[in-house]
Amino acid sequence: MEALSPLREGPDPNEAAMDVAGDLSKSMIKFYRRYPSITHRQHRSFSLQIHASLCRLMLTITMASEEQVKNSTAPAMFDTEAANCLMKELRSTFLAGKTKSYEWRSSQLKSLLKMLEDSDKQICDALFSDLSKPEMEAYIHEIAMIKSSCKLALKKLKDWMKPEKAKTNLGTFPSSAEIVPEPLGVVLIISAWNYPLLLSVDPVIGAIAAGNAVVLKPSELAPAMSSLLAKLLGKYLDNSAIKVVEGAVPETSALLEQKWDKIFYTGNGRVARVVMAAAAKNLTPVVLELGGKSPVLVDSNIDLTVTARRIVSGKWGCNNGQACVAPDYIITTKQYAPVLIDSLKHHLVKFFGEDPMNSPDMSKVGHSRHFARLKKLLDDDKISGKIIHGGQTDKSNLKIAPTIVLDAPEDSLIMSEEIFGPLLPIVTVEKIEDGVEFINSRPKPLAAYLFTNTKQLKEEFVSNISAGGVVINDVTLHLMVDTLPFGGVGESGTGAYHGKFSFDAFSHKKAVLYRGFFGDAPARYPPYTPGKLRLLKALLDGSLFGIIRALFGFS
Amino acid sequence: MNADQEMRWSVEELRLTFKSGKTRSVGWRKTQLRAILRLIHENEDTLFQLLKSELGKHPVESYRNEIGVVKKSADRALNCIEKWMSPKKGRLPLVFFPASRKVLPEPLGVVLIIGSWNFPISLTLDPLIGAISAGNTVVLKPSELSPNCASFLANILPSYLDPKAVKVIEGGREVSNQLLQYKWDKIFFTGSTKVGKIVMAAAANNLTPVTLELGGKCPAIFDFLSNSDLKVAAKRVASGKWGPCAGQACIGIDYILVEQKFASTLIEQLKKTIKKFYGDDAKNLKNLLKIINKGHFDRLRSFLEDPAVANCIVYGGSFDDTRLIIEPTILLDPPLDAEIMTEEIFGPLLPIITMDKIEESIEFINSKPKPLALYAFTKSENFKKRILAETSSGSVTFNDTMIQFLCDDLPFGGVGQSGIGRYHGKYSFDTFSHEKAVLERSFYFELEPRHPPWSNFKLQFLRLVYNYDYVGMLLLLLGLKRPSNS
Repeated sequence: MEALSPLREGPDPNEAAMDVAGDLSKSMIKFYRRYPSITHRQHRSFSLQIHASLCRLMLTITMASEEQVKNSTAPAMFDTEAANCLMKELRSTFLAGKTKSYEWRSSQLKSLLKMLEDSDKQICDALFSDLSKPEMEAYIHEIAMIKSSCKLALKKLKDWMKPEKAKTNLGTFPSSAEIVPEPLGVVLIISAWNYPLLLSVDPVIGAIAAGNAVVLKPSELAPAMSSLLAKLLGKYLDNSAIKVVEGAVPETSALLEQKWDKIFYTGNGRVARVVMAAAAKNLTPVVLELGGKSPVLVDSNIDLTVTARRIVSGKWGCNNGQACVAPDYIITTKQYAPVLIDSLKHHLVKFFGEDPMNSPDMSKVGHSRHFARLKKLLDDDKISGKIIHGGQTDKSNLKIAPTIVLDAPEDSLIMSEEIFGPLLPIVTVEKIEDGVEFINSRPKPLAAYLFTNTKQLKEEFVSNISAGGVVINDVTLHLMVDTLPFGGVGESGTGAYHGKFSFDAFSHKKAVLYRGFFGDAPARYPPYTPGKLRLLKALLDGSLFGIIRALFGFS
Repeated sequence: MNADQEMRWSVEELRLTFKSGKTRSVGWRKTQLRAILRLIHENEDTLFQLLKSELGKHPVESYRNEIGVVKKSADRALNCIEKWMSPKKGRLPLVFFPASRKVLPEPLGVVLIIGSWNFPISLTLDPLIGAISAGNTVVLKPSELSPNCASFLANILPSYLDPKAVKVIEGGREVSNQLLQYKWDKIFFTGSTKVGKIVMAAAANNLTPVTLELGGKCPAIFDFLSNSDLKVAAKRVASGKWGPCAGQACIGIDYILVEQKFASTLIEQLKKTIKKFYGDDAKNLKNLLKIINKGHFDRLRSFLEDPAVANCIVYGGSFDDTRLIIEPTILLDPPLDAEIMTEEIFGPLLPIITMDKIEESIEFINSKPKPLALYAFTKSENFKKRILAETSSGSVTFNDTMIQFLCDDLPFGGVGQSGIGRYHGKYSFDTFSHEKAVLERSFYFELEPRHPPWSNFKLQFLRLVYNYDYVGMLLLLLGLKRPSNS
């Protein structure tokens, strides 16, 4: 459709730059083969330099070509009219029944898998350019996650699509019943910038598996990934049923005016309210994947080394705290806090070196607006003098050092909003059990974590704390278990996905009842008599004896 | 204390009760469910009378659609509650070793149930059973259009159920609006599409999840049938159209689609059935319910005021203003753009639309919003398959009407314009629960490559982990496999 991708004459400048990048990486591999003794550090700094010069090159080419485009045609805007047009096209594809077949679904999932396999490098580059995400993180948290989710969907698709038999009762005898999953129709997926690949493609997998036509709106705050997704999905998937619309607020508003059969939104509570209110106009069901302040309760009878490692890597090793399931704050006892803090500091140095601001293993802060917000949290008067580790910021490179804040007051900014960054407040309590009370006095988080060896505390935590998910003795790991539903409750969201749950999120479960023409109980029909009432009572009770009694006229 | 403050206080009290954890215990839930059973058992006659006077329901109908339904749901919940509450455990891939996972259902908190007037008892108490079995505290807001049933519930519930956990708030639109401003953990609404949108928009302010049980124009497809089958089918159509509350039911048949050649045979059979069920004296109809109020009565009459529609009446069409009763009425091929074919009828008028080929009915249904229920009378397996695959609706019932409502194992709820979410049986429990994902790990055996600083070795290792390639992992760990550079 023209409105979506303005036609450009001649070679695509981005493609040209990508080709150059491809050639360069090939020669780098040759270079490494010749000099196998090169260290990891040297490799990183070398590739960083190359990346920087490549970015400059791409920018120059793009600007030059944009100049050309400006001279030839005005760029097309994605407005309400374009959205109408898009919806019309997708609706007709869906109504034609194309997306419903098993063959279509599996072929799309297969191409998606191929896309991921072919584009490893481009994806890592885009993630690096948007977020300085280390390749390792890009791989484990994004590429590998969706690969396994795609493989699972391919493997289980036939099972998932099968109707489920349902029991019938005496009241409807003789009959048979089943529950048939069917696609909802045309769905909208609005994704976030922090895991711009995972949070876009993972729901798309669910939507395709369930047989829907899809529009994906990637986040404009991760521009490189947004345009890469537009390019890749356009190239590998069926464009008559799967579209990417790039853009920011005006484009999203135009999209939200349409009547969707499901809206799947990942992001924050403020926008989620706007999305749900827009959905209400058309009675569109929503899945809202939000965040919240996910607490970590740390008991004192634990394996300290393992605990500290898991927390440090979950907080700073997952996109530098910019993950919806990242630990937001720690609660521990007054006595244990110093021990825990020492261990956290120790592991921070071990993982990210003495100068974490320049560590290649740490992502940067997503964008400048977000940086300013985090800076405000740090500059809050209420926590002055309470920063016991880190606190350095570098505005030009959008870097903030891993920071620990001890005993921030409950009304400080850092303790009242979701942090979503490398700052970690530690709250101390007298008794560890008080932590449960503390968590329960706040909005329900997306995840709640507990480190302990006490069975009783585990049980209390699991049964009394309401959160999207609960992990004992680890953090963030539940996200990787595809047999667990992933989603929030209350302020942290509505609905869940991952594995079979993704399929369900994009399906309607149709109740189907088959009847023959025999076995008609006259009690159902007027004219009504007391005898019919008795029989009906017996039928609904499912008591055979009662039915016989009623039929023979005893009461 | 004004009304608003009083309501706020009620909700606050429910919140405190929920926080105390009382409603989470199996014991509490079972006591409440037993109390509901006791309530309907001890007040059966009062309920029969109330439903008779307010809606004109015959006790058989009241039992079939209201009291019996509640009893069945409560019995079932009592039997299954322990099973429903128990966490679903499962195995994990070896790479997570040692760990365990489970999905644990937990109550959502304080929930609001807004009932409807057409089944004033079952559409309030049935969801209530779900909310209680899931361990929530509840505000029940019955419909002001069946005021006697509403005040019956308001008076009687506190003497059976825990008044600190279940409250009935009576009132009209103003009260509903006020209630919708509060922060709920779930809103369960039964009613019209128009109000459904208002409820969901209000819920959006607090990110409250909603279950919306709405309606829509439920079609019935009528294929060729042999004479004996036709007799049974006509009975089932009649009881699905005029039986439940005189067509004032969300899953009642709205219109019939039939082939032109077969239409007259069907109409003749329907006429015979109507006479048998309700008598042939238009002034003295039996077993037929009245229309809930003058407003709805006039709305239904206005459908027939259009001369183009009035000309299509082939049976019935008389209105009894004093008793608010409308005769079972059949219309043949009313104009498709007339109100009777664009609005949900929700009354005893039955349009029959003819087509050249019965297969065209699929396209006809798809050109309209998705209905709550779809009925099809056919013996052709092939046609059944096509209907299932090519149309979308909350439920599909072959060769019968209404009866899917009684199947606890089938989810009951709409799709698209006919609603969001589902209930009945275990689905009611799920509707009022949050499925919490729980993962438990121990401190032994740490998978080193999970943590930074990152290296090529770790990347290679994790690639193998994600492929569950245990042999590869072992080789790599033993140094027998070289990490690749790519």
